[in-house]
Amino acid sequence: MLLRSLSGVVLAAVLAVPALAANYTLIAPAAPGGGWDQTARTMQTVMQDEGIAGNVQVTNVPGAGGTIGLAQFVNQSKGNPEALIVGGYVMLGAILTNASPVDLTMVTPIARLTGESEVIVVPASSEIQTMADLVTRLKADPGAVSWAGGSAGGTDHIAAGLIAKAVGVDPTKVNYIAYSGGGEALAAILGNQVTVGVSGYGEFESQIEAGTLRALAVSGDARIEGLDAPTLKEAGVDVSLENWRMVAAAPGITPEQEAAITADITKMAQSESWKKALADRGWIDRFQSGEEFRNQLAEDTTATATILKAIGLVK
Amino acid sequence: METFGLLFHGLGLALQPMNLLYALIGVTLGTAVGVLPGIGPALTVALLLPVTYQLDPTGSLIMFAGIYYGGMYGGSTTSILLNTPGESASIVTALEGNKMARKGRGGPALATAAIGSFVAGLIATLGLAFISPWMVKFALSLGPADYFALMVLAFVTVSAAFGDSALRGLTALFLGLALGLIGIDLQTGQARLSFGIPDLLDGVEVTTLAVALFAVGEALKIAATPPEGEERIEPVKGSVWMTKQDWARSWKPWLRGTAIGFPIGAMPAGGAEIGTFLSYSTEKALTKHPEEFGNGAIEGVAGPEAANNASAAGTLVPLLTLGLPTSATAAIMLAGFQQFGLQPGPLLFATNAPLVWSLIASLLVANFMLIVLNLPLVGLWVRLLAIPKPWLYAGILTFATLGCIGANPSPVELALLLAFGLLGYGLRRFSYPIAPVVVGLILGPLAEQQLRRALAISQGDPSVLVHSPAAIILYTIAAIALLLPLILRLRGKGAVLKAMQADED
Repeated sequence: MLLRSLSGVVLAAVLAVPALAANYTLIAPAAPGGGWDQTARTMQTVMQDEGIAGNVQVTNVPGAGGTIGLAQFVNQSKGNPEALIVGGYVMLGAILTNASPVDLTMVTPIARLTGESEVIVVPASSEIQTMADLVTRLKADPGAVSWAGGSAGGTDHIAAGLIAKAVGVDPTKVNYIAYSGGGEALAAILGNQVTVGVSGYGEFESQIEAGTLRALAVSGDARIEGLDAPTLKEAGVDVSLENWRMVAAAPGITPEQEAAITADITKMAQSESWKKALADRGWIDRFQSGEEFRNQLAEDTTATATILKAIGLVK
Repeated sequence: METFGLLFHGLGLALQPMNLLYALIGVTLGTAVGVLPGIGPALTVALLLPVTYQLDPTGSLIMFAGIYYGGMYGGSTTSILLNTPGESASIVTALEGNKMARKGRGGPALATAAIGSFVAGLIATLGLAFISPWMVKFALSLGPADYFALMVLAFVTVSAAFGDSALRGLTALFLGLALGLIGIDLQTGQARLSFGIPDLLDGVEVTTLAVALFAVGEALKIAATPPEGEERIEPVKGSVWMTKQDWARSWKPWLRGTAIGFPIGAMPAGGAEIGTFLSYSTEKALTKHPEEFGNGAIEGVAGPEAANNASAAGTLVPLLTLGLPTSATAAIMLAGFQQFGLQPGPLLFATNAPLVWSLIASLLVANFMLIVLNLPLVGLWVRLLAIPKPWLYAGILTFATLGCIGANPSPVELALLLAFGLLGYGLRRFSYPIAPVVVGLILGPLAEQQLRRALAISQGDPSVLVHSPAAIILYTIAAIALLLPLILRLRGKGAVLKAMQADED
């Protein structure tokens, strides 16, 4: 008995010695190159350079809007204070449309990190000049307006559904053509195969700058610097939407472990090199943690379920 | 000349020391595996794909380019010295090459194959560099309906046009198409045929299927076939170097082979092997030594080998510019791109130009490395031929399994590998072609998406499918490719088609 409590004390003492810097394994639930992968790799670089973590390993587990990575994370890292996963808005939609057996209530959400505005574009040769033109067309015949964007149920699809709903068009009538990403949809938009494109600003940035695409509006609350396009609200469409990305820790960790991880992530998000990386990639700083983030996450989940039901993707 | 600038920039990247090292590793591995009997380029590429996983996309694709060309070179060595061609495209090489080796002229046969491949690879890779920008412009003008027509054409030519039975080819194709249905549907986000198994949500991995069908299936078949008479490895006697007369008789076939092979490979349709047969009959018709044909004519090695390599480089044209794999090897290369989230197609040239051009440039680099590596080291490669079959196939099974679970560490993946391995054995046992299964798996979902996009954009009006001239022309060619062989077979000319079977393993 004495021995056991003694060893307990020793163990507690060992645990209490603050590790100089934690090590993390970070799951990017997507193929290399996409937004989640870039987020994970940026976190890796910043946390190692700033000395917040000793060693950060990034593992890509691609597929199914991040739900495959999430399922693996929930099943394999329970109680592991060194395991993290990157996620975001797209994952909310994917969990619902795929009827995924795991969801974000099964992990420990730590913080929202970044946001990216969606942009609505038409090819330069299109007759549609403004958002108002698009709305007129949409009201006249919703099926005749084809939208090209990323995968079904993702942020791009949700944006199209929300726009239709806001202008009084039945969202189930939205003729949405899914591509594996906004970039893959480019050929269809540039080739005048579809009426309008919708995706993250980063996907269309170079074509907008080159003048081959015309930006009609951005979906965020503020205009994008250097881009001559109104927000949806300014253009008279009451929609505000940003594709955000977050980081979560494993299920079943103690409150102390959660606090330690939150402290590390907060330190990372406040560092100069993180801010510089965001500026380079055109991401908006949307840092939010703790109670505030949990509430926001619950709110976003409900809102996503509502719109996906309205579009008809979720029963 | 924008192409020159881009190509030089690509060469600059490919010639960086690290990238040169990757290319060297690629060509060495590719040749070593390609030279093993019974292993063609498709299997070489599938087996070695996991090796490239740890690198960044550029390094990985550069190594991949080396593996691809290395596997091609290795295959010709086998067919000359062993008379068991690893792939149908090398059958013709074996016809004359093995006879030359038996007469003690194995050295010159290997040399003319290697130099011919080099010449063809060089010209065809340059051709790829110059044609691709044009193809990209053309590809951007194609709509979903045109893409669908293009894929229908590829389906027909890969499965039904060659081989001894259109029915067997189509059966194999539909097996692949059915497997392609598994996973999340892109247009609706709903899971299909995944039976609640998370590993299946993303569909069947092309590499798992290819390795299983080619490697596991072949190993099972070898194990199930009673050993035949000892295969004879022809020793390389005398000088490896070609005589003045050999050179004189080789250089024209090299160029003719390239001219025949490259356009056939570059066409967005299957059947890249036809080039080698056409080249062989051309050389047979033009030769001044008709008596030597069938007894080891050097032209019969030089021409087809050049055509083979030229058409292999040619298949990269539809792969890179249209995202359309027209052979099993190309389908696996497409999977190699997709692991990095890169989708070959017209946009890859726009969004990832440095990567594409360093890939094309590293094909040139790999080509140079191979000629340096292959001629002096031929003795070393020959020793690989002497590995006893049980050891060889045990080794292949081990590496196939390791590669599969290395890439996707999950018991489900391993079960799939074994199940598809049994399927591959069944297909071989009853002489169904393998390539249409792999092409069906990778092209099926693409074709489905294009069809549904076309119909969604037209709001359900099916006439959109035959609205553009491009689509109509493509469907017409597909119909001819389907019907002509049927007529030929009815008239008793099926043997020619059988010889051209697209069985590349």
